[in-house]
Amino acid sequence: MTADSALYIPPYKADDQDVVVELNSRFGAETFTVQETRTGMPVLWVPREKLIEVLTFLRQLPKPYVMLYDLHGVDERLRTQRRGLPAADFSVFYHLMSLERNSDVMIKVALSENDLNLPSVTSIWPNANWYEREVWDMFGIRFTGHPHLSRILMPPTWEGHPLRKDYPARATEFDPFTLTRAKLELEEEAARFKPEDWGMKRHGEHEDYMFLNLGPNHPSAHGAFRIILQLDGEEIIDCVPDIGYHHRGAEKMAERQSWHSFIPYTDRIDYLGGVMNNLPYVLAVEKLAGITVPDRVNVIRVMLAEFFRITSHLLFLGTYIQDVGAMTPVFFTFTDRQRAYKVIEAITGFRLHPAWYRIGGVAHDLPRGWDKLVKEFVDWLPKRLDEYEKAALQNSILRGRTIGVAQYNTKEALEWGVTGAGLRATGLDFDLRKARPYSGYEHFEFEVPLGHNGDAYDRCMVRVEEMRQSIRIIEQCLKNMPEGPYKADHPLTTPPPKERTLQHIETLITHFLQVSWGPVMPANESFQMIEATKGINSYYLTSDGGTMSYRTRIRTPSYAHLQQIPSVIRGSMVADLIAYLGSIDFVMADVDR
Amino acid sequence: MSWLTPEVVEVIIAVLKAIVILLAVVICGALLSWVERRLLGLWQDRYGPNRVGPFGAFQLGADMIKMFFKEDWTPPFADKPIFTLAPVVAMSALLIAFVVIPITPTWGVADLNIGLLFFFAMAGLSVYAVMFAGWSSANKYALLGALRASAQTVSYEVFMGLALMGVVAQVGSFNLRDIVDYQAQHLWFIIPQFLGFCTFFIAGVAVTHRHPFDQPEAEQELADGYHIEYAGMKWGMFFVGEYIGIVFISALLVTLFFGGWHGPFGLLPQIPFVWFALKTAFFIMLFILLRASVPRPRYDQVMSFSWKVCLPLTLLNLLVTGALVLAASQ
Repeated sequence: MTADSALYIPPYKADDQDVVVELNSRFGAETFTVQETRTGMPVLWVPREKLIEVLTFLRQLPKPYVMLYDLHGVDERLRTQRRGLPAADFSVFYHLMSLERNSDVMIKVALSENDLNLPSVTSIWPNANWYEREVWDMFGIRFTGHPHLSRILMPPTWEGHPLRKDYPARATEFDPFTLTRAKLELEEEAARFKPEDWGMKRHGEHEDYMFLNLGPNHPSAHGAFRIILQLDGEEIIDCVPDIGYHHRGAEKMAERQSWHSFIPYTDRIDYLGGVMNNLPYVLAVEKLAGITVPDRVNVIRVMLAEFFRITSHLLFLGTYIQDVGAMTPVFFTFTDRQRAYKVIEAITGFRLHPAWYRIGGVAHDLPRGWDKLVKEFVDWLPKRLDEYEKAALQNSILRGRTIGVAQYNTKEALEWGVTGAGLRATGLDFDLRKARPYSGYEHFEFEVPLGHNGDAYDRCMVRVEEMRQSIRIIEQCLKNMPEGPYKADHPLTTPPPKERTLQHIETLITHFLQVSWGPVMPANESFQMIEATKGINSYYLTSDGGTMSYRTRIRTPSYAHLQQIPSVIRGSMVADLIAYLGSIDFVMADVDR
Repeated sequence: MSWLTPEVVEVIIAVLKAIVILLAVVICGALLSWVERRLLGLWQDRYGPNRVGPFGAFQLGADMIKMFFKEDWTPPFADKPIFTLAPVVAMSALLIAFVVIPITPTWGVADLNIGLLFFFAMAGLSVYAVMFAGWSSANKYALLGALRASAQTVSYEVFMGLALMGVVAQVGSFNLRDIVDYQAQHLWFIIPQFLGFCTFFIAGVAVTHRHPFDQPEAEQELADGYHIEYAGMKWGMFFVGEYIGIVFISALLVTLFFGGWHGPFGLLPQIPFVWFALKTAFFIMLFILLRASVPRPRYDQVMSFSWKVCLPLTLLNLLVTGALVLAASQ
């Protein structure tokens, strides 16, 4: 673990061509079709036969691509702007991340409609498991060699594959929903857990196992999350997390909302993250549009994002302490959140879901007197954090419950795609705000708090320290807020600048079209990842030159974190699982989208 | 009126006293639900129930009405007789134990010379409530709760008895009145039997399944554990039973270690009941404060704490007390 912790993260290399050279020299340039995108990484199409070979090579290179960051599909059938790309009805992309290079690469495979089969990569990256299930669920693409290819977000009884372009996007396109007795029974039967399906035994050598269904309604499941435990007494032999109860089809909705009107949906992905969720989306759209935002916009965005990091972490802290049985601190952390929301409300007009960032700027300028409110909060919180640390986090019972509990090391974390505080608690210094700065984070002074044990306690302590660092960042925003416009002067800024509309016919027409249809983004692909409240959150946008996104892939941190649960918790007690769930800091909306 | 002999009058008065004490304990227990919520509110920076009556004091009435009018539902898969018996045991076990508590020199239900042993018997009985409930509910969470409760009770009863043997050895009697009188003549036992007090207090919390020893119900883990399937008044009996347990253990602590109805340094002997009530109220609030302030240890940690820390401590205490008593008698 310590050897991994010393991993050196070099400065970020966008569009790192080294790997392309390595791949070409190994497989020959003719193997690959290079796609020009604005994703900030090389995007290479490979033929299906070569896929496993190429991915294994990337995994085993010197400075390997240790993390399968994302894996998903695209229905290419209606895509018009795909000149120079291999013919495909569907495509699947593998987004790989190397920490030692601090750069990414994306591998794509083209598939034709009548042969939707791919080899599974679960043997290369264990976390491919859920992603491949989701691709099967959403597109109907089969993965041969997958250990348990079944639906993951949709119910097991579901018909159709929702992210296909021929699948309706609106409820009005379906017959009205009715629930008959027979249907109810069918659904209930489908929800019954059958251990044999998962290769689990009902009996051990000397004992019978108990299968405990925890959730989707359970006080500590943090939302509609179900996990089935195979218990020997109170010891967890194995478990199966079951997600999808909070699935709303956000990625599908993105395909029928204008670029602008999708912003409020992003708020609700990680519903504790508020405007933090807007950030990767608007940054990715701005990359498509080629907008550079003024400094003031960057600083306002950073400040608000850090406010939401604090409110999310405060909620985490309160519920985490409550999960290990102390009932009081949660009331105090909610008081603090209230104070933060006072500021957020004064600035954005909303509390939980402001949807306040805009393509090319923010919705309004800062209100008069904002600095006084921010100052009050900045003075208030550090004292409270000290108090929590003293009163709750140094408590020996709490430490006894969480130190050494649900421990994993850096290697395991990377294998499972863990990011955020859960990764840094293992001692790896990887915070996107430092490693791949965006929105001007490189201009701020702050430290990246690290743990060293990778246990439930360290994950908490890292977050507490992160709040202190967020306060530092907010203080710097307060002191150095630049003057200037709160919107970029660009035709694709939405809503577009209105000042000249009455003098200038072209501006008037642009304004009219953008307000009625929404902006038209140039056909291309773009990508942005940010260090969100719970780990790395990213948007991978594909534009086909329309007013709506062709495909929006939202990669959320909590999804990966839940997939990791069984590997971490085997052999622990039920109470440890609760402490572990508390320490992950997930919300189901962020998992299921 | 020839049957109204002085003996009969005495019996009638004793019965009346017993009924008054019974009602007082039950009402105190029930009222605690409001007291606890108000106190938690105070410590947690919020109001607590403050709408019904002055300071929300009639909340109890509102809660009672709610509970009485709820459907008294028994799950179809439950073992009915045992399912019904469990809350009865939960409420009555420690309530019956209250008979041995001497409240004032003149008030008290029974003056048993095996007073403490009677309490141990009743405390041992109270675990059956949890076991019955957990078993008969046919619910896995309830079962886990019952398992935890049984394991916990087995480990805590061992040293709960031993913790009080120091007191018994010094007084030379199991009778609680004797114990109070002894304390009035000598020191309160909180000083000579400090270790005994600490361990008995811990065991007392464990016996009532109060936080931090509420593993059998552990909301965050077992979602209320053994009484998960209960509703309405059956649930209410578990609830009130728990509070009666608190009142009882507090009263017992006062009787055994804090001089019962006596004031400190023999102050104001005219108001024995006030002293008793004040001291009991103090411990009741301590129970509530404990709940507001401490996280819950894991179930195996609770067990190892019992066997590895509390039991040796009580044995040490008993050994030293025994030696001293022996030395004093020679």
